[in-house]
Amino acid sequence: MDPSISIKDLHLSFGAVEVINALNLDVGQGEFLVLLGSSGCGKSTLLNCIAGLLDVSDGQIFIQGNNVTWEEPSRRGIGMVFQSYALYPQMTVEGNLSFGLKNAGFSKTEVAERVAKAARILQIEPLLKRKPAALSGGQRQRVAIGRALVRDVDVFLFDEPLSNLDAKLRTDLRAEIKELHQTLRNTMIYVTHDQIEAMTLADRIAIMRGGQILQLASPKEIYNRPNCKYVADFIGSPSMNFLAGALSTEADGTVRFTCPSGVFSLDGYAFDAPVRGGEGWLGIRPEHIASGAEAASRAIQLDATVRLVEPLGSDTLVRVMVADQSFWVRMDGRTEVREGDPLPIGFNPGRCNVFDKTTEARL
Amino acid sequence: MAASRPNRLFRNLTAKIAAIPMILTALVVFVGGTLWTVVYSFTGSKMLPKLKFVGLDQYERLWDTRRWMVSIENLLIYGICMLVFSFVIGFILAALMDQKIRFESTFRTIILYPYALSFIVTGLVWQWVLNPEFGIQHILRSLGWESFTFDPLYNADIAIYGVLIAGLWQGTGLIMVLMLAGLRGIDQEIWKASRVDGIPAWKTYVFIVIPMMRPVFITTLVLVAAAIVKVYDLIVAQTGGGPGIATEMPAKYVYDYMFGGQNLGQGFAASTMMLLAVIIVVIPWAYMEFGSKNRG
Amino acid sequence: MADMTSTLSGPRGPKPRKVLSRNNIMIYGSLIVVSLYYLLPLWVMVMTSLKGMPEIRMGNIFAPPVEITFEPWVKAWSEACTGLNCDGLSRGFWNSVRITVPSVVVSIAIASVNGYALANWRFRGADVFFTILIFGAFIPYQVMLYPIVILLREMGLYGSLTGLVIVHSVFGMPILTLLFRNYFTSLPEELFKAARVDGAGFWRIYFQIMLPMSLPIFVVAMILQVTGIWNDFLFGVIYTKPDLYPMTVQLNNIVNSVQGVKEYNVNMAATLLTGLVPLAIYFISGKLFVRGIAAGAVKG
Repeated sequence: MDPSISIKDLHLSFGAVEVINALNLDVGQGEFLVLLGSSGCGKSTLLNCIAGLLDVSDGQIFIQGNNVTWEEPSRRGIGMVFQSYALYPQMTVEGNLSFGLKNAGFSKTEVAERVAKAARILQIEPLLKRKPAALSGGQRQRVAIGRALVRDVDVFLFDEPLSNLDAKLRTDLRAEIKELHQTLRNTMIYVTHDQIEAMTLADRIAIMRGGQILQLASPKEIYNRPNCKYVADFIGSPSMNFLAGALSTEADGTVRFTCPSGVFSLDGYAFDAPVRGGEGWLGIRPEHIASGAEAASRAIQLDATVRLVEPLGSDTLVRVMVADQSFWVRMDGRTEVREGDPLPIGFNPGRCNVFDKTTEARL
Repeated sequence: MAASRPNRLFRNLTAKIAAIPMILTALVVFVGGTLWTVVYSFTGSKMLPKLKFVGLDQYERLWDTRRWMVSIENLLIYGICMLVFSFVIGFILAALMDQKIRFESTFRTIILYPYALSFIVTGLVWQWVLNPEFGIQHILRSLGWESFTFDPLYNADIAIYGVLIAGLWQGTGLIMVLMLAGLRGIDQEIWKASRVDGIPAWKTYVFIVIPMMRPVFITTLVLVAAAIVKVYDLIVAQTGGGPGIATEMPAKYVYDYMFGGQNLGQGFAASTMMLLAVIIVVIPWAYMEFGSKNRG
Repeated sequence: MADMTSTLSGPRGPKPRKVLSRNNIMIYGSLIVVSLYYLLPLWVMVMTSLKGMPEIRMGNIFAPPVEITFEPWVKAWSEACTGLNCDGLSRGFWNSVRITVPSVVVSIAIASVNGYALANWRFRGADVFFTILIFGAFIPYQVMLYPIVILLREMGLYGSLTGLVIVHSVFGMPILTLLFRNYFTSLPEELFKAARVDGAGFWRIYFQIMLPMSLPIFVVAMILQVTGIWNDFLFGVIYTKPDLYPMTVQLNNIVNSVQGVKEYNVNMAATLLTGLVPLAIYFISGKLFVRGIAAGAVKG
């Protein structure tokens, strides 16, 4: 089957500044793809290119098999939802939903049907006669989604749709968007800087930086097998702990990692390719570090001292020091530790991530 | 117990002392001065203000004076045309400037520079350009269009439009700048949404952007209207009120009676009428502004 | 690579746009026509002021001079007559300088302190006075002209420079106070609180904290006031004596005097001379000027 959206060799520059550089991306039919990255990474720019709101400098964009590179946004078969909702403030909810359709020359009954259907799906029927100013943030965003829905298109584009909402509403609406996707089975491309949104919603996540996609994979893969140090660092909160050190291969084939905190055997770590040696980074997530009595069962063990305790209720985050190296450790929320306590920690090489020191690529 | 608690009057004393010029201006000049003029407009003051009340005499005389009626008529023509043309032209120019054009600041500089000039300079330049012996009329006639006639400043029937041309030249740039600021204040995502919806640009302006700019329009309208009522220098410089009394304006009527005609009562009555005109414009606006703030 | 490019058929890259598209012709065409209309009077002024009277009578006001002469400028500056005085516009120019400089300084000093007091030292009744002040900006000057004459006469300042400076400060107060109040309100309030906790008083905070942070708004206020006061006609003609008339009043008297032969070239040179100061400020300040009128107007 043809991909729903296909981007080939896309370039975009504003003057001398390259914003997107030779980007290729295929999005499958009915796939939920999240573009994730920090601000300025080009994720919104890419979305605007797909929507046709920005003219590309080079390359092509296909939507449902049609080359839409030069097509007007309204004729690309997309619906779009914006961060600021971008509702037309002087029109009622109904007016907002129907304005584009009326303009495209649909018959009155057709318009009414589509509006009614969208309103039913989004449960905004009681709001149809109100104006946006009389709606809450969550309701406004629902109307904005409705405006994309009535267009009856195959592709939905979301540009940070939840960023203007407070935390509670964001969680609720996130779930609704996921349900909507399960009902409609449209292709959705969703831009966000929030990794929780990305992890919960996506079939696949594309992590972007400097106008390029660093890794395109399922949330699980991104979390467990980040393909470079940037991705490893970006995903997860608190971030992964990194140790700088040297890799060396023994005669029996086992790889050793030597750093100021000690010498560890990386037996059990699945290298992408055999390594000979060189400088590297060893990364371990705070939640993959065992502490206290449990640490004894791990292959790598260290004696640490507690520096800082941050109880979160469900978990407790603890910053510990091993010599000059600090580690974040995620512990059970019921654990009682205090600053200054000695704390043994341990982890298994299988849960580690090893990156090259210079290229920062996964080894 | 609270023995050392300072007197209320002396709290923030320095701030109060520093605000004395403002308080004096507000109370003595703005409130006091206005009330004084309104009160004296009911007196028969001639050379000097005298508290000899004559009821509505001055107002009756005022509305019986042909010169005042002409002034009012001129103010209406000038005001309405000025508002309509400067808003339409100013908005269209602002919309054109908002199309991500090159040389935007050059165009803006050119269109706004007359606003930096005084009405006196404006009036004198246009007096010269519209001079039928040397200006536009002369040139078109010398190009072979012998019958061409365009001498607004010498033709009482259209003289006020000659003033209007000068006024528009001076003031439209301001409207454009204010409208442009309003347009730039519109959320860019609205434009994106309307493009995704496939709405043509002109429809987006008419049905979405202009309704969104209502507050800017109203504020600009009030400012411009309040300025129009005060028009004085332009007339003095460009036509001196002539030919005859064809371009007289209320503000000039006031000045002439107060400082030239030695008929203070008339001047006071006329200026009170001007005040009334402004109040009619400003009060509903203020009510709306502050009313909407209360509603949140 | 060669393989890949062969699959890239159909439209690619930027949408081709004609430089001379109908849209562009319309946009730039209208803007250029409008610009020409706006520049026309300036062009005519400059051209006329550089011609001799015979050439003006013969020719076309739009045509550049055949023979450039600066005599009209010299004459306008130092010889043109108003009534009995024949020492040209230079007198009015220096009067305007003597009026504008103190008026700008005094009005900005007062208004900035007002704005600061209103933004940071709110006292009971402050809002009432401020509201009156803002409404005052809309009251036609004509209503207050005569009472001010009386007030100035009582103070012995009627017809003097000081009197006019006071009048300019009074009428500049609403817009400037609003400008400064809005600006000071936009500064972080914590700064003010921190200074108070440190024991600084009204004036110390104003001079050592607020002033250094407000240079841009002072420049905007200065631009507004210099152009406004320089261009004033009404107050100048009412509250000063003929030998103190500002440049605008003198210009009007020169050009619109009924005696003698009209020397259009001298008149235009005089008009240009009067417009020169605000024009210079406008062209130099550029964006700040725009910011000033936009801030002053929209937020009103």
